[in-house]
Amino acid sequence: MDENTIICRCSDVTLKDVRSLIAQGYVTYDEIKRITRIGMGPCQGKTCGQLVLREIANATGQSMAELKFHNIRPPVVGVKLHLIAEEAERNEE
Amino acid sequence: MREVELLIIGSGPAGLCAALSAAESGARALILERSFRPGGQLVKQTHMFFGSERQYASHRGVDIAELLLKKLAEYGERIELMLNATAVGFYEDNVVTVLKDEKEYFKIRAKSVVCATGAFEKSLAFPNNDLPGIYGAGAVQTLMNVYGVRPGNRVLMVGAGNIGVIVSYQLLQAGIEVAAVLDAAPRIGAYLVHASKLARMGVPILTSHTVKEAVGTDCLEAAVVWALDEKFKPIPGTERRFDVDVMCVSVGLSPLNELLAMRGAEMKYVPQLSGLVPLRSENCETGIPGVFVAGDASGIEEASSAMAEGWLAGLCAAAKLGYVPADFEARRREYLSQLENLRSGPVGERIRAGMKLSLLEGGMRDV
Repeated sequence: MDENTIICRCSDVTLKDVRSLIAQGYVTYDEIKRITRIGMGPCQGKTCGQLVLREIANATGQSMAELKFHNIRPPVVGVKLHLIAEEAERNEE
Repeated sequence: MREVELLIIGSGPAGLCAALSAAESGARALILERSFRPGGQLVKQTHMFFGSERQYASHRGVDIAELLLKKLAEYGERIELMLNATAVGFYEDNVVTVLKDEKEYFKIRAKSVVCATGAFEKSLAFPNNDLPGIYGAGAVQTLMNVYGVRPGNRVLMVGAGNIGVIVSYQLLQAGIEVAAVLDAAPRIGAYLVHASKLARMGVPILTSHTVKEAVGTDCLEAAVVWALDEKFKPIPGTERRFDVDVMCVSVGLSPLNELLAMRGAEMKYVPQLSGLVPLRSENCETGIPGVFVAGDASGIEEASSAMAEGWLAGLCAAAKLGYVPADFEARRREYLSQLENLRSGPVGERIRAGMKLSLLEGGMRDV
């Protein structure tokens, strides 16, 4: 059933994917992110973050407070590259 | 680059009150609001609030938003409200990047910032949880109360906290059937007043129950639920099926504060506050001088506490800018005592414990 349980809606990552990575020893959010793109979609980890951390906590016996979430980087929502380029040009003038 | 004195991110209850409070002290504030209308989640709250008179108890949330906006207008140019404007980045030296109307992108540098960005609905993992028809309860409330859209015909509500129970009642008010309300916990989390209304309408509230799976081909057709034992393990053989076309997931909120994390504020996972929160002083200031946090962004509570925190953060942010009114200490103590009252009693015990854990060391009085 785990293959039909979606953990990351942005990149279609399932509970089965996450559990199989944890079983292989990938027990940090960052590692799972780098392999699956989890947390890199439009929601930037807001939907999947606690679900993934909970899975890691359950598998490793750590508490949620001991686990590290990923580094948050801008922008928090998608911004078209030409808008960023235009603002950069304005600031050069 | 545009320079402002005080930048407030978010125009929900915390942000609006922070702006009013800062303006009352004499500061000028710019509020960024990502939506096309101000008020945050207040605008969809058609129920009356509890709490004390100072937080507009026995008013409906939507009316409180109107009251606050009317007050805002009295300050004229001292408070500017920018709509459809999302803060997308928050950098060292307090530069905030803004995406406006999805077609303008620019920077603003602020002397002081209040981050009042609110919360995000938590999701739940169960088979077929991506079927159309499965929503967050807050999303359904927005659909109904803001846009006038009927989400479906028959609903299963997952979560018997205040949001789950209040939205269930509002679904009934809109003429939509609520098949049942579930909660994994052995008791109802919502205030008894709200839960009793549902019970009187004949809606079953199943405690110690969770979703086993959603059923459907192209969209939600049914949900199978099962009972949980005292260790929250499902009990096979207790499955029940509800034929529903809507499932609302209302399993709590997470603080939305990624801007503060990216700015470098020290963050900590505090379960009592429902997620990662910035460490902050009693005056709502984070470890970064001049950067404040108020409302659900600093820990999940209610709109009434968000308003009181907004008043406190706005007062202290303005003071940081040099606007220290003669009655500063009296106002500060008043807001702190309002918060203490709102967090008193057994219901506030969790919040009080969480607040202790998120308090900066030595950060009690630094204005």
